Amino acid sequence: MALRDELGPYFGEYGGRYVPESLIAALDELDSAYQLARTDTAFQSELAQLHATYTGRPSIITEVPRFAQHAGNARVILKREDLNHTGSHKINNVLGQALLAKRLGKRRLIAETGAGQHGVATATAAALFGMECVVYMGEVDTERQALNVARMRLLGATVIPVTTGSRTLKDAINDALRDWVANVDSTHYLLGTVAGPHPFPVMVRDFHKIIGEEARAQVLELTGRLPDAVTACVGGGSNAMGIFHAFLDDPDVALYGYEAAGEGHLTERHAATITRGRPGVLHGARSYMLQDDDGQTIESHSISAGLDYPGVGPEHAWLNDIGRASYLPITDDEAMEALRLLSRTEGIIPAIESAHALAGTMKLGRELGPDATILVNLSGRGDKDMETAGTYFELFDKKASE
Amino acid sequence: MSTVGTSTVETVIAERKAAGSGALVGYLPVGFPDFQTSVDAAVALAENGVDVIELGLPYSDPVMDGTVIQKATQAALAGGFKLAHGFDAVAAITARTDVPVLVMTYWNPVLQYGVDRFSDDLVAAGGAGLITPDLVADEAGLWLAASERTGLDRVFLAAPSSTDARLAQAVEMSRGFVYAVSTMGITGARSDVDTAARTLVARLRAAGATSTCVGLGISTADQVREVLGYADGAIVGSALVTALADGGVEAVARTAAALAAGTRLTSSST
Repeated sequence: MALRDELGPYFGEYGGRYVPESLIAALDELDSAYQLARTDTAFQSELAQLHATYTGRPSIITEVPRFAQHAGNARVILKREDLNHTGSHKINNVLGQALLAKRLGKRRLIAETGAGQHGVATATAAALFGMECVVYMGEVDTERQALNVARMRLLGATVIPVTTGSRTLKDAINDALRDWVANVDSTHYLLGTVAGPHPFPVMVRDFHKIIGEEARAQVLELTGRLPDAVTACVGGGSNAMGIFHAFLDDPDVALYGYEAAGEGHLTERHAATITRGRPGVLHGARSYMLQDDDGQTIESHSISAGLDYPGVGPEHAWLNDIGRASYLPITDDEAMEALRLLSRTEGIIPAIESAHALAGTMKLGRELGPDATILVNLSGRGDKDMETAGTYFELFDKKASE
Repeated sequence: MSTVGTSTVETVIAERKAAGSGALVGYLPVGFPDFQTSVDAAVALAENGVDVIELGLPYSDPVMDGTVIQKATQAALAGGFKLAHGFDAVAAITARTDVPVLVMTYWNPVLQYGVDRFSDDLVAAGGAGLITPDLVADEAGLWLAASERTGLDRVFLAAPSSTDARLAQAVEMSRGFVYAVSTMGITGARSDVDTAARTLVARLRAAGATSTCVGLGISTADQVREVLGYADGAIVGSALVTALADGGVEAVARTAAALAAGTRLTSSST
């Protein structure tokens, strides 16, 4: 069977459904609706129309020769998901799931968010479809991403700061799951990544696989051949699965996922789930995760809120184990250097998440050399990160920051 | 319902039922507010009318728990709870009371400890079995095998939203009792125990259940009495945790005794 044909609920020994019984009926309902939708031409054309007239698809590719000088002079091509409406790839999945929710007659969307990108995208879809929207966000994240909190509220969403546990993304997911258990009749949980119980990993991947399908054709047209490598950052792993999927059965195309190594993957402050974690059950699925000897989840750390998650999607765990994709760590400092470099050499300010893919590409390009072509998923833009980048690079005038 | 070996829990519940009432199941987490107090509090449950102890293992991501239990288990983790303390607590409690102790745990700690090793150590500590809130029977292959081998009880959850086929599976796979989730929600006291519980218990009986306990939202003797009007047992958690947090072991003892009044026949029983 082609690797692209994996439909869950299991990817090798990963995936499944480790959830309270109360949620099984909702997951079954969602799975059935999704199975119908994926072959339903009316659904697919409605989604395609939205992507054409609202998301801004197809997103372009941009070759970046000045940046590539720092990547061993390999040919580097960016897939510009940063140009999508709301500023990242997240909108692909959100519109797909919101359409499904509409079909299921659900009037209320709930979501978790870390950096706020998925929350903003969900609030956007809720506004577009006239649905109620509640976003759970760790209290720590509402403080470091205050601008996105304001964006969500402006879009009409209710943002609930989560004060339990580590008060970050993983706890926001816990609270969203609790809300869903209690309100499952009226509510769709719009999970933002390729993790969670089946059907989320496969469904979210399918809504994002358009990234790789477009990029594969675009690179072929530009260069006349497939790229030697495809790179992406990996937190939960949705943008990476989105761009990897079209290439899974192209054996000559290497796939690289770059995890957030924070202060270093050998320190205690990182989010390098596959590099440093081991298999376990978190948030409804079996996959790699960061945990202590007792199986308690360990808090992750990354300068990028969107990668600051101690789990990863089960399909990535499987691709790692079968050797189809490689997962490597990138530190905060490496990512920030790549962010500055792309800004200065190409006039494109990437999200800090995506900067991890750029930093990995710089290393990879030096290994592969000038004959190689590398396709990078530029999953988001950096507007939301100006506070972090401004502080990191000391860009603010002292007076202005007082 | 699986009947390999003799389930003490099932026997206790059946005896209470035969006496014209039903069982009271009381939940408390290990390590809250500290290890010794949690052991003393669990023993106090047994001494004040609780028929089955549900001993919770604190976990970092307790998706089935409301704020009261979350706060308590988070405090236990911050206080240095380790999985090994769970077995120590079971041993310490069962040394002091004959009331059976079921361990309530999310699945990942068991998986990491090793399902067989966990089962063997639980047997050695005197535990009766496991209640697994985030493990459905579909994913429970390792646990089904380990519980068959050791004779430990395995309590799966049934929900108002479960299909008839899934209820039948929960009944078939459970031993000790089936945990009927009273309402679509998480743990925490509620003023009304959902009428959905009554329907669910009837559906479970139709699926062959002979031992069904209702949990989520039960916090008063009247609610216990009401639930025992149609179910074999009533499970109380947050109300006991609140008592322990506010007034220590004495308050837990008082609350347990008050709840246990709901298991006695009175004119108001239905």
